[in-house]
Amino acid sequence: MKRIITILLAVTISITGLFFTTKLLEPKYMTGILEGAMIGEYYDDPIDHDVVFIGDCELYENISPVYLWENYGINSYIRGSAQQLIWQSYYLAEETIKREHPDMIVFNVLSMKYNEPQNEAYNRMTIDGMKWSKSKVDTINASMTEDEHFIEYLFPILRYHSRWSDLNSDDFKYLFHRDKVSFNGYYMRVDVKEATDVPEGRPLADYQFGENAYYYLDKLTKLCKENDVKLVLVKAPTLYPYWYDEWDKQIVDYADENNLTYINFLEAQDEIGLDWSKDTYDGGLHLNLAGAEKLSKYFGMILSNDMKVPDRRGDEKLAKYWDSVEKRYNAEIKRQTDNLEKFGNVHGDTED
Amino acid sequence: MLFTSYEFLLFLLVVFIMYYLLPGRAQWSFLLLASYAFYFMCDPRYLIFIMVTTVTTFFAAKKISDKKESFDAWFKEHKKEYEKEERKALKAKEHSAEKKIFLACLLFNLGILAVTKYTNFTIANINSILNTFGRPDGISFVDLIIPMGISFYTFQSMGYLIDVFNGKFKAQDNLFKFALFVSFFPQLVQGPISRYADLSQTLYEEHKFDWRTVSFGLERILWGFFKKLVIADRILVVVQAIIADPDTYNGFYAFAGAMFYALELYADFTGGIDITIGVAETMGIKVTENFIRPYFSKNIKEYWNRWHITMGTWFTDYIFYPISASQFMMKLSKKSRARLGNNLGKRVPVYLSSFIVWFTTGIWHGASWNFIVWGLGNFVVIMISQELEPFYRWFHSKVHVDGTFGWRLFQVIRTVLIMSSLRMFDCYRDVPLTFKMFGSIFADSCLAQLTPAAFTGMGITGFDYAVVFIGMLILVAVSLIQRSGSVRVKIANCAAPVRFIIWYSLFMATLIFGAYGIGYSASQFIYNQF
Amino acid sequence: MAPMGDGLREHGVLGGRYDNKEEKMEELLEILGDLHPEVDFTTAKDLVTGGILDSFDIVSLISEINEEFDITIGAAELTPENFASAETIYALIKAKLDDED
Repeated sequence: MKRIITILLAVTISITGLFFTTKLLEPKYMTGILEGAMIGEYYDDPIDHDVVFIGDCELYENISPVYLWENYGINSYIRGSAQQLIWQSYYLAEETIKREHPDMIVFNVLSMKYNEPQNEAYNRMTIDGMKWSKSKVDTINASMTEDEHFIEYLFPILRYHSRWSDLNSDDFKYLFHRDKVSFNGYYMRVDVKEATDVPEGRPLADYQFGENAYYYLDKLTKLCKENDVKLVLVKAPTLYPYWYDEWDKQIVDYADENNLTYINFLEAQDEIGLDWSKDTYDGGLHLNLAGAEKLSKYFGMILSNDMKVPDRRGDEKLAKYWDSVEKRYNAEIKRQTDNLEKFGNVHGDTED
Repeated sequence: MLFTSYEFLLFLLVVFIMYYLLPGRAQWSFLLLASYAFYFMCDPRYLIFIMVTTVTTFFAAKKISDKKESFDAWFKEHKKEYEKEERKALKAKEHSAEKKIFLACLLFNLGILAVTKYTNFTIANINSILNTFGRPDGISFVDLIIPMGISFYTFQSMGYLIDVFNGKFKAQDNLFKFALFVSFFPQLVQGPISRYADLSQTLYEEHKFDWRTVSFGLERILWGFFKKLVIADRILVVVQAIIADPDTYNGFYAFAGAMFYALELYADFTGGIDITIGVAETMGIKVTENFIRPYFSKNIKEYWNRWHITMGTWFTDYIFYPISASQFMMKLSKKSRARLGNNLGKRVPVYLSSFIVWFTTGIWHGASWNFIVWGLGNFVVIMISQELEPFYRWFHSKVHVDGTFGWRLFQVIRTVLIMSSLRMFDCYRDVPLTFKMFGSIFADSCLAQLTPAAFTGMGITGFDYAVVFIGMLILVAVSLIQRSGSVRVKIANCAAPVRFIIWYSLFMATLIFGAYGIGYSASQFIYNQF
Repeated sequence: MAPMGDGLREHGVLGGRYDNKEEKMEELLEILGDLHPEVDFTTAKDLVTGGILDSFDIVSLISEINEEFDITIGAAELTPENFASAETIYALIKAKLDDED
């Protein structure tokens, strides 16, 4: 009996120790690179979204769900992450449908250009935040680069053990909780860096999207059809990475064949009213707050007028939730604007 | 499949569980299967080589052993019928018949080793000779695979063959048992070179799960991983940085590189052997120790009795003794004593044999002149220390320092310095460069080189150096404790909480401070354009 | 040398050739003494494992023994067991001499 207690005690202490160490060593993404925290914070929010945007930065930096709520009563969320690859989008969609069954999924098509796993760090930023499910297992298997091992996702300490020398106060402060970094998935920037001289895309040897990319686009289409979720394909209006006409044609054809809506916002820049000297914070790669709100205004109109996404502003519980998001949203605008005035950058870094 | 890979750990886990689930009499067969699976996973093409060596050695040894047995039985019965001279002739005839089989098998297998390992080295040397005679075109290199562990398993098999030929023991009757002896997976990659007489005692036995044995084995494995991952693989980056750029890293850096390499090699090699011995131990199998705190040796000769022991004894038993005790050497000994006097004369054959052994040892380590010169360097050092023996005797009769702590420390430092200097041949590209870099330690060293920035510019940070340093202190501490007996027995005698703390700390230290995996640098995670 | 002889007899090494043995043992001890004057070979028991005789010593030793006793000790016989003490070395020599007879 005593022996069993000893063994149980030893096992408990061992596992607890491992758990704490893992928590401590995991990157927190609370300052600097916030993108790594975005996938994880989805799970804390109330669900029943009508629209879920799934994709890369062309969504999470360019569309503001807060604006959509305030002006159209659209209850939406962006499940976005840095360089989200299409299979990752697919499995996020699978998970989202299982979890909350939205009416509509909006997918940004830029990631069709990637046919193979790309970058380990971005994989981690997209996948680590996901809760364990079959979708997570599948997305890991689909995403791993050559140097990666499944076990390193299962036991993140195997991946992040060498962070021991990088530990800082954030790692202790955020040991068990995280602050919100996004506004229903939106990553805000208020600063401006105008787009000048955006180069034409260099000619490519082959414009055909890869087989693997198509495989997952097909899967996504099928998944949405089977679950009675409306799938909308979009291409954000940002200037770079360059969106080739040859690529656009393939998506147009695909949407036709599969009876999907495809909106290329690049073609609607004037109607949106984008001003590339004011509406981007990094020279045309991403929109800033002003740009994102313009795009949201335009897209919101389509969503609520043409696609009949309901206005849910009457729902008290939801309104209360959104109220809290709006407060954070406005506080962040103020913080960034103040920092911009004081330090010349939104982060409040004194070095820049 | 590297020891430090997830695949290997998974493989181990599966083998371990299966091993104890199976009935005892199936255990050795399962180990054979596992060993071949291990080799197969490394590269399927290797299998054919190890099979050829296994089969030829098995049958040659068996034939010799059977012949010996039937001859001895016959001889015992009939020896009274013959005169002394006739008996001698009969024995000689039998011996030469056995010798034919023995030599055929020996040369065949050493031939495989030579062809796979040394063909391109030979071609390179022929080409450079042709070149000096104005024939720059030369012979083109051949693309040969070098089966993993071939040096180890060939030596192990040949040791067995020689022992059987010498009548040390009867040949193994079961081909599959012998195949396991040759291919036993924990020692396939880097030795030790086990003797059949030792390994066979526990290899084929049935083993029941015994917590003490298993925990000792696991502890040893963990300790091996600690040495390899925390110390060796971390400091390796610095060693590589230094030797990759000899122009920048000369003088003191070259010295530091040699010292770091001494640490790296020790931690890596002994760590790997700890894993090997530990893995075998978890399955109740005893593999011969390969190191006994070598850096604590008084002199180089002693060092070679304590470093890579199984290789040293192999060369002594199967090369040094046969050469030095051969008829030729005995005659040479007589002649040289007659000519050079008893004292010096008797050393000539010993040195000549020793020279051959060290040349072979060098080339066994690798097909390059660097290793040959390294081997001969060891020979020179040992010869000098042998010749200085009378001087030391005289010195110690006058100055009474022998046995004092200071003198012991001096001896240890001397051992480390000499071995590290010789090992520079193992580091640098070629022999002239090695000599140049050795010279530069004395010519170019200056205090200005000793800046922290220079050392943190070699690929690791101050934190990493701290980890290596602390790891090294632990290594030295463990070695010191070990002098009075097994550290694991000492730990086992501690109270349970102490034991737990020691094990868990070692595990966590390896897990956190080990230099494995992709490694984290915040810069990888910097979000740029997507 | 009497106690020594008793010791050897107890070990059954020397059999009946009492006279011969003493001389031979004397010779052997002389050879050993030349090699390591500081060691008392009449009592030392672990010459090889104890690190007194190394491989160089063993080779020097057999070359002198071979010559002195007119026998041939081969490489296969150079084991730690055979060279553990003066007695075991003597036993080896004796076995060789018997064999040659």
